[in-house]
Amino acid sequence: MHEMAIAESVLEIVEATARGNAAARVSTVWLELGALSHVEARALAFCFDAVTRGSLAEGATLEILTLPGEAWCMPCGQRVALAKLGEPCPRCGSFQLQVLCGDEMRVKEIAIA
Amino acid sequence: MCTTCGCGQDEARIEGVPDDRRHDVHRHADGTVHAHPHGPHIHAGEGGTHWHRLDDGAWHEHAHEPRPTHVGALIGGLGAAHAHGVAPARIVAVERDILAKNNALAGANRQLFADRGMFVLNLVSSPGSGKTTLLVRTIAALAGRVPIAVIEGDQQTTRDAERIRATGVPAVQINTGKGCHLDAHMVGDALAALPRGQGGLLFIENVGNLVCPAAFDLGEAHKVVILSVTEGEDKPLKYPDMFHAADLLLINKVDLAPHVDFDADAAIGYARQVRPGLPAMRVSATTGAGLEAWVEWLLQGAAAATAARDRSVEALRRRVGELEAELARRASGAPAA
Repeated sequence: MHEMAIAESVLEIVEATARGNAAARVSTVWLELGALSHVEARALAFCFDAVTRGSLAEGATLEILTLPGEAWCMPCGQRVALAKLGEPCPRCGSFQLQVLCGDEMRVKEIAIA
Repeated sequence: MCTTCGCGQDEARIEGVPDDRRHDVHRHADGTVHAHPHGPHIHAGEGGTHWHRLDDGAWHEHAHEPRPTHVGALIGGLGAAHAHGVAPARIVAVERDILAKNNALAGANRQLFADRGMFVLNLVSSPGSGKTTLLVRTIAALAGRVPIAVIEGDQQTTRDAERIRATGVPAVQINTGKGCHLDAHMVGDALAALPRGQGGLLFIENVGNLVCPAAFDLGEAHKVVILSVTEGEDKPLKYPDMFHAADLLLINKVDLAPHVDFDADAAIGYARQVRPGLPAMRVSATTGAGLEAWVEWLLQGAAAATAARDRSVEALRRRVGELEAELARRASGAPAA
């Protein structure tokens, strides 16, 4: 359940940003999670709910934007979509894929009041 | 729908639970029709699935069509807590990597390892793959040729560190309590408890867990993933994150291969589906079979780390020499060369 540690890191970033902007509370947190990142969105939401209790972000809505995975396919010599690690190139079926993006885990924005 | 994200499908699917649940006053696959207040909720992706936390603490999942506002469709008052379509007071751009703090601490560890010329490996696997036994056997096989230190990670007990210390090698145990992985901060703290050696090998035996440790950089040179023949050969496909993050695969317990139904070639093939070109070695920590290649790989890595440290120290000495010469020139008032 490493999502608990991830949720704590999210809260740390959110609270630091909120305090830096003299916010009384945080109403929404937007995250960007790559499709190939190490986080399960629902588990993270559960943990976020738990760790934000008693914080500036208590009751805040968590919005998760999923970023697509992309890889460089060596046989095709081009960028291809990759939905999950371990899946083949959708064009040629090769597994000779180098992940280019989709492993992001970012706090993008917060809404404060 | 949420005016800011556009909702969607999550990665997690549960067999037998359909993805096409509806919203507001909505009907579930089991025929239940109901509505509920919108408390804290999450969205993901672009399909419309989202989850609400209900009063009983349960998570409730459903999808809805992309519409500018659906609050109006709710039964009297139930939409009060919902933020959809409501302009937030103020949006602040953050754009920060969630793991930035861990990664910064891992970077500090990595710099420390480089300064000391140490080759550092993060050993990851399921519980019971034989990591500690492999370490004990590896320490014996290295037979004092390089300095070795070990950081052991487990939820509880100091049993593994005690097994390592019995070999004469310094070891420190990290107990993660309820934690499922080591992080860079824990490793930084553990380093303070080890003798301040120069060069050689540091093994970090992570918590036995094929999922969580994949996400956390500790500052190591490589993650080494260990898969034993008593496990399923399809583990690399079931737990791709860890095999994707690894730079070396050790197939352990090969002495048991005749007694179990494990296809090592298939396991290595699966691992290379998620991590193309992943080097693999077949070893037995019990009999010592195959350990020569592993020990040679370790010695080469340790030698390279120490050589890199020596080069950087030499470069610093040269720079100090140049600066001292420049200082002497200015003190004497001689013209620049």
